[in-house]
Amino acid sequence: MTALGALSLVAAALFMTLEARGNWSFVLPFRATKLAGLVLVAVAVAVATVVFQTITRNRILTPGIMGFGALYVLIQTVLVFGLGSARVAGIDPRALFAAEVALMLVFAGLLFRALFGGSTRSLHLLLLVGIVCGTLFASIAGLLQRLIDPGEFLILQDRLFASFNGIDDTLLGTAAIVVAAVCAVLWRWLPVLDVLALGREHAIALGVAQDRMVALALGLVTILVAVSTALVGPIAFLGLLVANLAYMLLPTARHAVLLPGAALIAVICLVGGQTLLERVLSYDTVLAVVIEFAGGLVFLLLVIKGATR
Amino acid sequence: MSTPVTLWTAMAVLVLSCISLCIGAGTFDLQALWTDGWHASEVEVLLVSRLPRTLALILAGAGLAITGLILQILVRNRFVEPSTVGTTESASLGVLLVVLLAPGMPVVGRMLVAATFALAGTGLFLLILRTVPLRSVLMVPLVGIVLSGVIGAVTTFLAFRFDLLQSIGAWTMGDFSVVLRGRYELLWIVLAAVAMAYAMADRLTVAGMGHDFATNLGLNHRSVMTLGLVIVAIVSAAVVVTVGTIPFLGLVVPNVVSLALGDNMRRSLPVVVLGGAALVLVCDIMGRIVIHPYEIPIGTTMGVLGSALFLWLLLRGRSRVA
Repeated sequence: MTALGALSLVAAALFMTLEARGNWSFVLPFRATKLAGLVLVAVAVAVATVVFQTITRNRILTPGIMGFGALYVLIQTVLVFGLGSARVAGIDPRALFAAEVALMLVFAGLLFRALFGGSTRSLHLLLLVGIVCGTLFASIAGLLQRLIDPGEFLILQDRLFASFNGIDDTLLGTAAIVVAAVCAVLWRWLPVLDVLALGREHAIALGVAQDRMVALALGLVTILVAVSTALVGPIAFLGLLVANLAYMLLPTARHAVLLPGAALIAVICLVGGQTLLERVLSYDTVLAVVIEFAGGLVFLLLVIKGATR
Repeated sequence: MSTPVTLWTAMAVLVLSCISLCIGAGTFDLQALWTDGWHASEVEVLLVSRLPRTLALILAGAGLAITGLILQILVRNRFVEPSTVGTTESASLGVLLVVLLAPGMPVVGRMLVAATFALAGTGLFLLILRTVPLRSVLMVPLVGIVLSGVIGAVTTFLAFRFDLLQSIGAWTMGDFSVVLRGRYELLWIVLAAVAMAYAMADRLTVAGMGHDFATNLGLNHRSVMTLGLVIVAIVSAAVVVTVGTIPFLGLVVPNVVSLALGDNMRRSLPVVVLGGAALVLVCDIMGRIVIHPYEIPIGTTMGVLGSALFLWLLLRGRSRVA
């Protein structure tokens, strides 16, 4: 844990200083905003994934794979399509974000009830339905983006559809507050999460209102996913990668260790990865691709080792 | 009975082809063909753009539907097709490498390289499948989709390194608007594939019953399997090279047909071929009408329709599949 903390600090320091030329008073604030964005995304994705895996009690299902990120992009596109880009551009980005998160909570709730509502369903079916849902959401969003007037779409594209090299800095403050608030709530729930991980019967026997807690935790997960997608766009496999690294490196079931551990690993992956790619290898903007590659391999390995049984 | 179904699908393809011939960005008036005869500009539009496009649509649709059917029989899983087992993505990677290393290569060579990659990708998929301990029905497409994603990430990475990101868009997103006379002829290879699949239908069906059973019936399981996969690889490569990827088509059509007609390949094959052509025609015509005179590429329309139908198939058969 200490080692992870030290490593993430080193990654952050390198990110801030490596190959910095010219005016420090420009470089430091510029990089600090990027760093803040990356750290926020890392924490949000890691915490969301670990909590999601605890309440669904498996190690291969993640909100990213279940298409939550794609859902956010779809809702965003539908808003632009329905209201018209001119009107959307006039709305305060924070209000827009709040509206999008609210809509997403509703839809994620419906999706979750539809998928998990029945007694016990096959995990493979859930995964496949989730992946195909993600494709469907992305395709509908793509279709609508084609239907929007291309000129107007271009104007909005930068603002609405973020990526690792175009982190949306208008939302950084809001995002930081939201992530901090969600993490504070989860911090108070740590013992409850530990109990939920034991399974429904044990949790109820130990006096936890299982259904209510799962619903609330899922709401928090949805908010975290919305934050990370708003900042850098959907990333399917980052959560899977860092959560499973955390389980491997920190052999414990206690969320007091797992959650910060996973968050630190995510920070190391994102900040370290970005430093390595951008500064050392000078491959700009491919971090998302590298994460998809590594995360996909981890998924295949987990499947081959039979982790989904 | 299959005969009336075949007849109806054939009629649908015919009607849709006529519609496809008549719509487009340029003005096109059937009457002018009568009054001005062969000198009308309409003839030119028809022969250079509309007819090749319609033929390409029919060939690509039929070809992809058949590759889906063959893969589903050989892998013994209803949810596989070229884009869910890594075939399409591997073919795209092959095309990218050709563009990088031998940009002058003629289109046939390009297709052969793509086909080799497609074959290797499918082989890799089967290899991984063999090592997966628990062979759930749904595990198979799951592994395939993620493998496709991993291969796709390699392609994107390379494209990014060599500033080809825009051009890979051309063959990762199916689009028939680029089809003109002289640019689609490679797709006629689909006709040969259909003929071969029809000739092999019984052997493929037997091979689909498993290695031991097929060998017991006196069939060389390995060679039939290889031949089937080669057909799949060549057709997918030809489609990727000429028009790009069209997701989920090979999955949806054979499944819907087998819901109606059952699993006898010789009987369902003609309907699958015609159904694939009809679905591609419908999607392309929709894409051409919605924001006329602009177009929505078929990769997008098919992405929406195909994934929705895929979801329906998954959840419909839930009680039996899960």
